[in-house]
Amino acid sequence: MKVLVTIKRAIDYNVHIRIADDGSGVITDGVKHSVNPFDEIALEQAIRWKEAGTVDEVVAVSIGNAACAEQLRTALAFGCDRAIRVAHEEAVSPLTAARTFSALVESEAPDVILMGKQSIDDDNGQTGQMTAALLGWPQATYASTIEINETSARVTREVDDGLETLDIDLPAVITADLRLNEPRYLKLPNIMKAKKKPIEESSLEALGVEADTSLRVTHTAAPAPRKPGVMVDSPEALVSELKNKGLL
Amino acid sequence: MSTILIIADHRDGQLSTATRKTVRCAADFDADAIDILVLAEDGAEVAAQAARLSGVRRVRYVNHPTHAHPMAATAAPQIVAAVKAGDYSHVLGSNSSFGKDVMPRVAALLGVAMVTDLMHVTGAYEFQRPTYAGNAVDTIVAPADRILVATARGASFEPAAEDGDAELEALSLDVELPTHTRFVSTDTHTSERPDLGTAPRVVTGGRGVGSEENFRVIYDFADHIGAAVGASRAAVDAGYVPNDMQVGQTGKIIAPELYICFGISGAIQHLAGIKDAGTIVAVNKDEDAPIFEIADYGLVGDLFEVIPALTRAIG
Repeated sequence: MKVLVTIKRAIDYNVHIRIADDGSGVITDGVKHSVNPFDEIALEQAIRWKEAGTVDEVVAVSIGNAACAEQLRTALAFGCDRAIRVAHEEAVSPLTAARTFSALVESEAPDVILMGKQSIDDDNGQTGQMTAALLGWPQATYASTIEINETSARVTREVDDGLETLDIDLPAVITADLRLNEPRYLKLPNIMKAKKKPIEESSLEALGVEADTSLRVTHTAAPAPRKPGVMVDSPEALVSELKNKGLL
Repeated sequence: MSTILIIADHRDGQLSTATRKTVRCAADFDADAIDILVLAEDGAEVAAQAARLSGVRRVRYVNHPTHAHPMAATAAPQIVAAVKAGDYSHVLGSNSSFGKDVMPRVAALLGVAMVTDLMHVTGAYEFQRPTYAGNAVDTIVAPADRILVATARGASFEPAAEDGDAELEALSLDVELPTHTRFVSTDTHTSERPDLGTAPRVVTGGRGVGSEENFRVIYDFADHIGAAVGASRAAVDAGYVPNDMQVGQTGKIIAPELYICFGISGAIQHLAGIKDAGTIVAVNKDEDAPIFEIADYGLVGDLFEVIPALTRAIG
């Protein structure tokens, strides 16, 4: 079996983002970036399957400029066999990403495409479902457990009112939720070894993918601030404040 | 001007509040007409509820055994067929787990981009949505020459009024449905408490609660004031409560009138889920906890001492 894991370079989740004064977007220059945390969970799952002998090959793919090679090196340090960077200078929309991943299926022929359920920068949560749609494959989003065999997978999904379990035929797209696993800490020798591994290069043009740029972000702003709060010094004072406001 | 189709969310024969809010959101799209599509095993009852929503022109329902447990794989091709048959300019879903699962599949089948989490609509093709866990807000302009697919962020809209009387129409769609995705089971938690997503009062606990047993204190306090109960990701990860109680960027995004949290430090991803609450109250024994930066009322103290005192003071 072969698994394709998609990796997005995103601002690290610990960073307090800053927005450009001219409203042109979130400042990314000089800011720490990491593998999108949900993609890291997908990566961990694929490597666990490989270690268990369920999967023979794990290929990581990312779309982006030269900088995203850093995140592909992380994927190699996890234990991916190969890494592919689909070169593109601008950020891509979920639809473009889905077109890219489905085009890659022609040459890579994975049994499973494993993704994070959303990226923590754009918070779209679309790419997995769109990729499955374009390929005509099943999708199992928000996976918290996956049992997999040669022809199908049983996936338990985190949904609004609890958990839902689906059976899906392979090939399929599965997106990882938080509780699928806890990604490992990388060991230094693995990180060093990953630096020497090659990263294959492709591009939207080489894959015959047309970039979707239909939605235009015209302005980015900070959300309206909340009014400053007050500290109260006792439970009784708190209840009195809330009663005065008619909240209790 | 827009002709809008809304995909209904429902469960156990009840139309969800999320859909009522999506209808309210749709009205802001300079709407000529708002229709609702109900996919169900037997949708007549849900359709009748949807028909009462203010501003709705027509409710179309499709009865099919596969919709006993809605799945994106089988719902999406039917939604696409209904969109094409109805000449719609906009297709909206709610940001429920079903809406978030199915709408991107619908968009890709239609060959168009999608907008997740509409929070403010200023015209038929101009709107705002949050990014970076709600720490930035993008204004987006979409092209008017293609179908716009989007989900509405429930916390940003009031439910539509119920003074409407829309036309009902049973729809049959000739669509071949895939068999590659099969429902197995659900494991849901039924509760007598108010629904976390829509309750006017919400009480949550975090890692500071310490254990599943200790969470009893949170439940009891919530019951005392008639509130729904939620939790931080840390409390869910630690196994104190089930996943469907998680509030935050990747859990439920809520907007109660009163939000009271105990033992929650206030990670960015948790704050993303509560920013629209009317009044935020935080109790934490760490006076430097970031939750106090967003709270309207903060109290430094041990939750196990504070909660009994609060209960007594409320009476």
